[in-house]
Amino acid sequence: MPLDPVLLAVVHNGLRQVATEMDLVHEKTSFSPVISEGLDRSNGIYHRDTGEVIAQGEMGLPSFVGVMQFSTQSVMERRKDIGPGDIVLLNDPYLGGTHLMDVKMVMPFYYKGSRWCWLSNTGHWPDTGGMVPGGFTSTATEIHQEGLRIPPVKLFRAGVMDDEILQLILQNIRVPEERIGDIKAQVGALKVGEQRLTELLDRYGADVVDQCIVELKSRSRQQMGSHIESVPDGVYESVSYCDSDGVVPEKLAIRLTMTVRGSEIDFDFSRSSPPCRGPMNCPAALTRSSVYVAIKHIFPDVPINSGCFAPLHVETPSGTFLDAVYPRPCAGAASEVSQRVIEAVFLAMGQAMPDRMFAAPAGTSGNFSLGGWDPEQRRAYIMYMFSGGGYGGYWAADGLTNGCSSIGISKTQPIEILEQHYPILYEEYALREGSAGPGQHRGGFGTNYRVRLLRGEAKASFLMDHGVGGPPGILGGGPGGCNELVVHQSGSETRPLHVSKGEGYALREGDFIQVRTPGGGGYGDPRKRSDEAVAADLKRGYLSPQQAAEEYGGNRRPNLRASIGQAAQ
Amino acid sequence: MSRWQVGVDVGGTFTDVVLVDPTSGTFRIAKVPSTPADQSEGVMGGLRQAAADLPEMTAFVHGTTVGTNAVLERKGAVCGLVTTAGFRDTLELGRRTRPNPYGMTGTFEPLISREFRIEVPERVDAAGRVLIPLDEVAFESAVRALIERGAEALVIHFMHSYINPRQELRAAEIARKIWPNSYVTVGHEVLREAREFERASTAAVNASIQPIMARYLGRLAGKLGDDGFEPEPLVMQGNAGTMTMRAAAEHAVQTVMSGPAAGVLAAARVGVEAGIGSIIACDMGGTSFDVTLIRDGSPSLSAEKDMAYAVPVRVPMIDVHTIGAGGGSIARISRAGLLQVGPESAGSRPGPICYGRGGTLPTVTDANLLLGRLDPASMPGIERAVPVAAVREAILEHVGRPLGMDAVQASTAIISVATNHLASAIRLVSIERGYDPRDFALFAFGGAGPLHATALAKELGVPRVLVPRFPGATSALGCILADLRHDFVQTINSPLAESDGAAFDAILAEQAARGRAIVERERVPVDGIVVVHEADLLFRGQSHVFRMPVISPGFDPALVMRDFAARYRARFNIELAEMRVILVNLRTCVVGTRPKISMELFAPAPSSGSPAGPHAVRSVHFSGRFYETPIWRRESLTVGSTLDGPVIVEQMDATTVVDPGARLQVDRLGNLIISV
Repeated sequence: MPLDPVLLAVVHNGLRQVATEMDLVHEKTSFSPVISEGLDRSNGIYHRDTGEVIAQGEMGLPSFVGVMQFSTQSVMERRKDIGPGDIVLLNDPYLGGTHLMDVKMVMPFYYKGSRWCWLSNTGHWPDTGGMVPGGFTSTATEIHQEGLRIPPVKLFRAGVMDDEILQLILQNIRVPEERIGDIKAQVGALKVGEQRLTELLDRYGADVVDQCIVELKSRSRQQMGSHIESVPDGVYESVSYCDSDGVVPEKLAIRLTMTVRGSEIDFDFSRSSPPCRGPMNCPAALTRSSVYVAIKHIFPDVPINSGCFAPLHVETPSGTFLDAVYPRPCAGAASEVSQRVIEAVFLAMGQAMPDRMFAAPAGTSGNFSLGGWDPEQRRAYIMYMFSGGGYGGYWAADGLTNGCSSIGISKTQPIEILEQHYPILYEEYALREGSAGPGQHRGGFGTNYRVRLLRGEAKASFLMDHGVGGPPGILGGGPGGCNELVVHQSGSETRPLHVSKGEGYALREGDFIQVRTPGGGGYGDPRKRSDEAVAADLKRGYLSPQQAAEEYGGNRRPNLRASIGQAAQ
Repeated sequence: MSRWQVGVDVGGTFTDVVLVDPTSGTFRIAKVPSTPADQSEGVMGGLRQAAADLPEMTAFVHGTTVGTNAVLERKGAVCGLVTTAGFRDTLELGRRTRPNPYGMTGTFEPLISREFRIEVPERVDAAGRVLIPLDEVAFESAVRALIERGAEALVIHFMHSYINPRQELRAAEIARKIWPNSYVTVGHEVLREAREFERASTAAVNASIQPIMARYLGRLAGKLGDDGFEPEPLVMQGNAGTMTMRAAAEHAVQTVMSGPAAGVLAAARVGVEAGIGSIIACDMGGTSFDVTLIRDGSPSLSAEKDMAYAVPVRVPMIDVHTIGAGGGSIARISRAGLLQVGPESAGSRPGPICYGRGGTLPTVTDANLLLGRLDPASMPGIERAVPVAAVREAILEHVGRPLGMDAVQASTAIISVATNHLASAIRLVSIERGYDPRDFALFAFGGAGPLHATALAKELGVPRVLVPRFPGATSALGCILADLRHDFVQTINSPLAESDGAAFDAILAEQAARGRAIVERERVPVDGIVVVHEADLLFRGQSHVFRMPVISPGFDPALVMRDFAARYRARFNIELAEMRVILVNLRTCVVGTRPKISMELFAPAPSSGSPAGPHAVRSVHFSGRFYETPIWRRESLTVGSTLDGPVIVEQMDATTVVDPGARLQVDRLGNLIISV
């Protein structure tokens, strides 16, 4: 008997709402600013037998879209001894993970005495030990330098927290007292999910909800399939580059062969660079998840469940840096490599259907961490900041300025709040003029900031990307500006060997750093940009007169000469 | 002597007027089309229709969307911004976001365009120390440049001015000497709170609507004065209080959400007088559904609202949750073959098919019509009669056939999905905040609220529905009920355990004194002044604050700390005894209470002789079959009337549907109380 369409819609909303409420409790109560401000967390419901995603919160961090099901599956494979009240904790990147800072909890959910599904969540902890406060090392050569690696262990047994495991963890990480709060927040979210899901099943019946889940999966699959059918069949090749792995100063290539056939797509990354020495290796689960995120960005209306991704086939890129195996370091995978994988998919799709696409976004999280001692407050601190960049121009308009990373939905912290907490002064936090990739629809702008250390001593670390080549444009649009990073120590300037990466820069009072983040790629031939649009950009100081002349052919456009002349004065 | 009071609410489609004379116990109601080009024309038209004799009126309170619309449509005044060197782009950069979680497209126009933003040397640090004194020469030439470029309103926004406002104040002093009008907005005066983007955005919203509000309110006050109205007119604020038009022109940002706030206030008051303190106010019109939770008679406020993408406004406003669902919501089948209702709306143009204004896509209203719940002959929106067969065919084409259903089944499905969508909005404001909707009554107002309320209550397990005497005029009524109100905030940001309660008492007392002074300046008759103090707290390391009432004078940090832990446990079921408590903000709300008007005034006359019967019987579809359903006129229902569903009650601006199995009673105030 076909399902009542109304019931189906109701159950669909109900399941999503369970996950969304879990996200909210997690965000509101956590201590890690990366979770509470950055929303770097995700909660979801996973299938009892397959571990596949049934529903995930719409406001969960996109990069966890696929990853969470892979880590749930790892727990299912490795822990056959799980019962009611148990909660398994893990952060092992090789077990369907990302980087060590993303700590997952997996909890079996029982309904009327039998296991009905799994509830899982991830939260980004500000520290898990390791060689760099905050965990964003760019120089580790094995995972043991990156922090504490936790296999699937039971943090809760039959409802009781295992204090020995807790103490083992807390003694191996920095600023441990606040992590107790984060653990409580993460557990609290799972408990809310348990309560709401029980109510949903009581209301509609477990059998009916089961049927709905099967049906919803098939509908999502059908919906994604119909989107893919609208993409012309063919084989499309693209390549995107990471600046380097932070250890060996050479570019890393992500080479994608994307084959569109009917309602399915194959993604082959096997020609990518081999495993690297530095921490830019990417676990295969994250590579796969990044493909999912890219496609969801292109077809955002397909509801998240395993059916949504069924038409996407990503072969495990064995023998490349996109399939990290022990003990390869991978601290840069979650925030940087994943965005390059997404970019490769965007570029391939840009060839397949340019009239419905956007040029590449800035695509780096711009991780900047500062650890030091504040003599005035008499306390040690770890500051962590990420930054945005321009989005690519697209068929209808210019790209967004200072958009967040493609894998995130996080807000940056206000400068006033950062200055309250740390002995630093932002002398500038501005739109980065001239950074937009030129195009008929230009890219959005990156940011430009300068931070000075006011007192004491500190060490600065950077894990960024797109410092060597800017985010590419499409259909004749130009690339956005490259990431730039300059460290000013006692009057001398240093540009890191790895351009966008480096760590352990010792800062003293008065020293400062300057960061310029990438602009988005341009869409279409810049000469087709209207005179009025270029003139407005000049008036607002978005463009220099020179750029207007060179990139937009301004000197050969009589209506623009006056604007250029005026701006030049 | 009569004491007529006037409440006017200007909505997107209609302008509603309510006139009340509490001394004689009489009232009048009028409804006229809104006049978007100049809303004051509709207001005056409404007053004429209500036969308001303006010299006889003692108070005029106005809810308006002029300011809100100007921001949403980016039709505000041209503004200039002078800010701290290095921070010219704060309004444009925002907090590094994108419009939707998925999708890399979308655009954003800052409220103040870049060529109107100028930096000057000046800097205060997070502790309030001056690092770079204000360059007064540079500041003055920046202000002159903005005047030359054609800015009408000015924003002065400096870093950390919430902790040390002296440089902002000095700048304001210079600017006010040379700025050609009074439209100078100073960041810390609008919002004394940390977070530079949010403060700048709040100030920019204030500046961009200030001249527009001033002009509009000036025009309206002039017309009122010409017709003999003497006292100073009042304007509703988003915090459900009111203030004088002059104050509203100055604190323009406070008028954002003015209309919805009035409706919620009325809902709260009607509920209290009906003996139902905890209600969920549901305002459903043609395009949107506004939900607000009211506990024990007091609506909750939030200072975390965004007016639109990347336009936060951080002043306390009524905590309305809005979704795009209304009578005009369009039903369609998605690519996945799922029935979806909204968020696309047919709006008022072309509107639902049955309005005869050229609509071709089936809407919720069309589905209601096909099910017999609405009578096309008595709907106010109809422009040209459309045959029911045409509506049926459209529903079959767009929904029925793709799902293998007949027209009635398809209509039922549309209503069910819409109801479910409305229910999820209610769950979000209740369950998500730790409240069970079953402990509340639904208060249904707006044109389409009473039509769906019973089904909605059933879906949620809510036992009772309250439909007020005039569902369509609820916001105008709320205007009459509002008290004068002013809010103040001061950022503190220090550990509570080590603080001196006396210092906090001093800050709170100063806020209260400022509020009292404003209320006194307004010269509006008040019964008394009520002061409420609140604190925003969190555990060190967190970033989301938790707001709760505090006692002052006598602020006791230890007591506040215990109270906070208890409330936190009750809300999140999490105990954090080992964490340090930080006092983030101190807040004061000063309310000048206006003379109360009892809802008894609106009660219908007690029944005289034999009760009138239904004026018609119609075939209406409920859960699987058609019922011969009596149709009553609202006016013919007397206090104490009891009717068993199915029954439909029609009145000028709303239709109330009572499902089979539900029972309707008219309470002593004339409200319909439906037991589901």
